[in-house]
Amino acid sequence: MNRIDRRFVVLKAAGRTGLIPFVTAGDPSPEHAVALMHALVEAGADLIELGVPFSDPMADGPVIQHASERAIAAGVGLADVLGWVAQFRQLDADTPVVLMGYLNPIEIHGYERFAQEAVQAGVDGVLLVDCPLEESVVLAPLREAGLRQILLAAPTTAPERLAQLCQAAAGFLYYVSFAGITGAARLSTTDIAARVAELRAHANAPVAVGFGVRDAESAKAIAGFADAVVIGSALVERLAGATSAEDIAGCAQGFLAPIRAALDARA
Amino acid sequence: MPEIRDFHAYPDAQGRFGRFGGSYVAETLMAPLAELTEAYLRLRQDPAFIAELDRDLTNYVGRPSPVYFAERLTRHVGGARILLKREDLNHTGAHKINNTVGQALVARHMGKTRIIAETGAGQHGVASATVAARLGLQCVVYMGAVDIERQKINVYRMKLLGAEVVPVTSGSKTLKDALNEAMRDWVTNVADTFYIIGTVAGPHPYPLMVRDFNAIVGREARAQLLEQYGRLPDVLTACVGGGSNAMGLFHAFLNDREVRIVGAEAAGLGLATGHHAASLAAGRPGVLHGNRTYVLCDDDGQITETHSISAGLDYPGVGPEHAFLKDAGRAEYVGVTDVEALEAFHLLCRTEGILPALESSHAVAQAIKLAREYPKNGIVLCNLSGRGDKDVHTIAAREGVQV
Repeated sequence: MNRIDRRFVVLKAAGRTGLIPFVTAGDPSPEHAVALMHALVEAGADLIELGVPFSDPMADGPVIQHASERAIAAGVGLADVLGWVAQFRQLDADTPVVLMGYLNPIEIHGYERFAQEAVQAGVDGVLLVDCPLEESVVLAPLREAGLRQILLAAPTTAPERLAQLCQAAAGFLYYVSFAGITGAARLSTTDIAARVAELRAHANAPVAVGFGVRDAESAKAIAGFADAVVIGSALVERLAGATSAEDIAGCAQGFLAPIRAALDARA
Repeated sequence: MPEIRDFHAYPDAQGRFGRFGGSYVAETLMAPLAELTEAYLRLRQDPAFIAELDRDLTNYVGRPSPVYFAERLTRHVGGARILLKREDLNHTGAHKINNTVGQALVARHMGKTRIIAETGAGQHGVASATVAARLGLQCVVYMGAVDIERQKINVYRMKLLGAEVVPVTSGSKTLKDALNEAMRDWVTNVADTFYIIGTVAGPHPYPLMVRDFNAIVGREARAQLLEQYGRLPDVLTACVGGGSNAMGLFHAFLNDREVRIVGAEAAGLGLATGHHAASLAAGRPGVLHGNRTYVLCDDDGQITETHSISAGLDYPGVGPEHAFLKDAGRAEYVGVTDVEALEAFHLLCRTEGILPALESSHAVAQAIKLAREYPKNGIVLCNLSGRGDKDVHTIAAREGVQV
């Protein structure tokens, strides 16, 4: 069984809401990339979204854009990211890892080659922001290798497309809680609640909600109706200044622990 | 690649030109793109819309633009006749207005009140600000901080026209980064905002729509050649950055197999130096800005910084239809260096009294090379896509002249 699927089964059985932090691989520091992943798990992460740096992150706001630029400046590439996942797997066989990013690095790497190397490294899924369902035929080798293709749904998604997305959903369906870039202001919680309830009723996979979740309070509000909560920009921003392994672990703990507690308090 | 029978049958309903094109965008953009596609496919067949566009092209843009025989340049080169399609004589000084007039009408039909655009050399920004002013729409133009420095006159022109120019300081601070930023704006403000993309790139339907609006260039030129010379040209040439003026000239001739087609990309300091913007001549297939096309990137898939003396050609991707024409063997794409473009610039100034844009100077340089390959009764048709007034400061600075 794919680690993502297994993790959501466990969460559901325990009545818990999943916590999915996003970090850009190699930011704030390539040498502590693996330590950061372990620190996230230590602080309560149920699944890790690891951003593959890309030079032209069209759908991201300034925070993740700058993290991507810093990582590229530090020389981080796809091979490094896969290497870090493999290292992470030596000590953590259970926490699912989803690579998040844009298509071009994988297209250039080669879809077949990437699929093979990613599975070997212990990657469980991919979320490619600029590869909507309509263009997903190129990702067939990834799906065949057992990687879950995480799809996005947005407030602007038309009803007939939502039905298609629910049908095709695997791993989890990522609901973007507002029509904008990462890190901007969000829809009202009531609005999101109604839409997510609709998705959960029809999707072939659990529903995670992201974009605009910044702290324990906003996470808790969403936890009431989502299978998992994704936290990205706010965490990346918090980590940006950290330099040592201790700093990084401290930031991850300080930021995620209250959110974890808030999510568990309502369980 | 199978034999293509009708080049005018592309793109397909998904916006694909063979394996290129498509809609590689975030989920949040799928709905606005679908809305735009639906509106545009309806309008492009609507006689009232077509008549409205034709009126604007005639009375506001000043079409048709002439085809001009550059006789002294031809004599100087000593080869085939060089004809210039004078897009530099359009209102605002370049082909860009053909597209912005068209898209602004689409925006108005869709009830959008705010226009956004990205710009490199500033020509598309000026053309967007111009049509926004004319239709009373709010206009925001994203421009790389490096380009703002290179194109101060166009920045001021946009401001005079009432547009807000937003400097983009991320990445390489040039056209590609401005495009990223404009996309972000659009994702955030889709309800009231229309994004006027300035070239034949981006997700479907932009490569189709921008090509359609610029195809007037080739349609006119083809008819003008038949009327004035009784024949088609031997070869066409145009500069290719994103590729809108080139696609505009080429499209009407794609099924005329006897007409050779050559695109001139910016070879910057030389293709071998790595400092260039020749995506087709020196790049590889990839995905950038919503479509699959040829891109300049490293082995990690990171888009590389480009170099050209001309801001309008300084782009690491290219319209997917050009990628398709390259792979189909219908068009050739070659590099023209900064130095060659500058020589052509001076030569055209001195022999014809025409000051071409640095972008268009690449096409003129290529036309000169091609003219030498053909006999004296041959015809090279070159798209003179824009005028060079905007570039005089760049050229003066490069040549150490105080203006």
